[in-house]
Amino acid sequence: MKEEHRQDGPKKYGMVIDLDKCTGCGSCMVACMSENNAPFREDESDKLLSVAWLRLYKLTNGKPYPDTDVCYLPRPCMHCEGHNGHSPCVSVCPATATDYDSATGIVSQIYTRCFGCRYCMAACPYHARVFNWWDPVWPDGMEKYLNPDVSVRMRGIVEKCSFCYHRLQRAKDKAYAEGRREIREDEYQTACTQACPAGAITFGDLNNPKHAVYKLRKSPRAFRLLERLGTNPKVYYLSSREWVRRAGDNYLADEATGAGKHMAEHKG
Amino acid sequence: MIDSALIPKGVKRCPTWQFALAVALASGVLLWGVYAMLLCWIKGLNQTNMNNAYGFALWIWADLAVIALGGGAFFTGLLRYVFGKDELKHLINYAVLIGFICYSSAQLILAIDVGQPLRAWFIFWHANVHSMLTEVAFCLSAYFGVLCIEYLPLILENRQIDKVPFWHNLSHNLHHIMAVFAATGAFLSFFHQGSLGGVSGVLFGRPFSFREGVLVWPWTFFLFTWSAAACGPCFTIAITKMTEAIAGKKLVKDNVIQLLAKIAGWMLATYIVAKIIDTIYWATVTAPSKGMNLMDFYSNNAFYGIWILVLEIGICGILPAAILITPAGRKNPKLLTTAAVLGAVGVCVNRWVMVLQTLAVPVLPFESWTLYLPSWQEVATTILPVAYGVILVLISYRYLPVFPQEPELNPIEQ
Repeated sequence: MKEEHRQDGPKKYGMVIDLDKCTGCGSCMVACMSENNAPFREDESDKLLSVAWLRLYKLTNGKPYPDTDVCYLPRPCMHCEGHNGHSPCVSVCPATATDYDSATGIVSQIYTRCFGCRYCMAACPYHARVFNWWDPVWPDGMEKYLNPDVSVRMRGIVEKCSFCYHRLQRAKDKAYAEGRREIREDEYQTACTQACPAGAITFGDLNNPKHAVYKLRKSPRAFRLLERLGTNPKVYYLSSREWVRRAGDNYLADEATGAGKHMAEHKG
Repeated sequence: MIDSALIPKGVKRCPTWQFALAVALASGVLLWGVYAMLLCWIKGLNQTNMNNAYGFALWIWADLAVIALGGGAFFTGLLRYVFGKDELKHLINYAVLIGFICYSSAQLILAIDVGQPLRAWFIFWHANVHSMLTEVAFCLSAYFGVLCIEYLPLILENRQIDKVPFWHNLSHNLHHIMAVFAATGAFLSFFHQGSLGGVSGVLFGRPFSFREGVLVWPWTFFLFTWSAAACGPCFTIAITKMTEAIAGKKLVKDNVIQLLAKIAGWMLATYIVAKIIDTIYWATVTAPSKGMNLMDFYSNNAFYGIWILVLEIGICGILPAAILITPAGRKNPKLLTTAAVLGAVGVCVNRWVMVLQTLAVPVLPFESWTLYLPSWQEVATTILPVAYGVILVLISYRYLPVFPQEPELNPIEQ
């Protein structure tokens, strides 16, 4: 790479999802499937067999009416950094078919190298990884509508959310062509981020103070899923509701919620 | 008998038709498994009841279980050739045969289990040295090679093959250097048995199976090796007793069985103490540090109730260990066999929970338990290696001098 095209410092792309804004409409899921050529079958009633990179969970506070409260939680791949890039799935893959890119913070999946042992699926506590139980079969004519930037996957391999990595490549190509070193925040956005009608998803470089996610992740409302396991995910969630933040991790009965403690520290 | 020229001298075998019938019955089961295997290969893993929550299921359990049960081969070899327990030479052939069956079965099951079998070699070509599975693949393959070399002299001892000078001399020379292979086998087994424990032990995203450890090895690494060395010989004893019952005669002298039983008993006793310490530390320190209580892992459904821990540690651990380390227990044939069977069941239960329960327990607080029942294709392909094992035992027992003490224990009246 020519020196004038080298980018400054490593990126750490991540996402902040405001759960207080999410309406559970599912646009993010649809956009994700469409953007990434996710295969589907006629009967998708068994969600444990679906190839869904982004899954929407419905959480409730478990209280009866009128105190019932509902929260929708979109769950893409967390692109865990773990400790020094030691994410749960990357370290276990026997064929180096998944990789942690320290230049972008993105956990990639090499479809043509994966041989389908599914060890990464067992390692991921978020169930972010899915297996192709069938070969993809598209309805007649749909091949023409597939995204040419994303390869379709074959039966017998694992796949997962890539943070729309092809969009990063496209943005970098554009910047290169225009003689720029850096890509702008709005040049690389994931499909789910752009599709969310409520603007609940924000995407960007967590290391870059100019990016919105940089500030948002430091919000006292911010928390991550299963932080206590040491997965160090790069997807942050925002909620002002204590029960939602508590639902993001496991706590013993006598323990305070992590994000709650975080809020108390900020107030102090 | 039509095949009498192939039968070892000094032993009596059942009529050919009985042997053929037994092989035919086992072959029927084998063909059922082969049909299911072809379905999985041709149509894909949608033939199973696995799903995105259960990426590992019956097959991976079967893999871990047969490798643990086949541990009798490396441990008996280590005792016989390295530690000089000479009496065990009367049982080593069968231990090696059982190990050979177990390890070849494991490789077959793995070949069915992976989503893209034609790419299975990627594990060697694109090896990730940080993955426990990579280490398993390398050591398991290498050890299978050792088992082939250990099994070969027995095949060469067939009456007709032994008549050929080259094969006779090769067999003779192989016997002389077998200690080298036994030591190599023990070394390789230590690592792949341990790495199989590491497979679940390193999963820091799964609080049920995650364990701390030393350097890159979680405690499960050592526990798996230890349990295989303890329960593998139990399985060897159990299968020997079963073979004796089916053959209707004694094949190995009591002192040989009891020596192995005594060693297995002490291995099991020490293992179970280590396992109890590990369980207490995990339940009181490791799991709470992740926000989970012991009973979070054993509630919600009857299948994964606390009974499974009692079964593994108490009924299939402490009890058989107590029987086997006691002279009176070992000398009682029924108690001895019961303890051997319990020990073998115990290691299978341990492998089951470390694979299946690991995935059944929800980690995200808003997810629920997922239970799984294998499809008939999974069951058939898991029984397939059993049928193959039965056939190999039938053939080996009939035509090879598997049990050197058999002629002495069962003299044929002229």
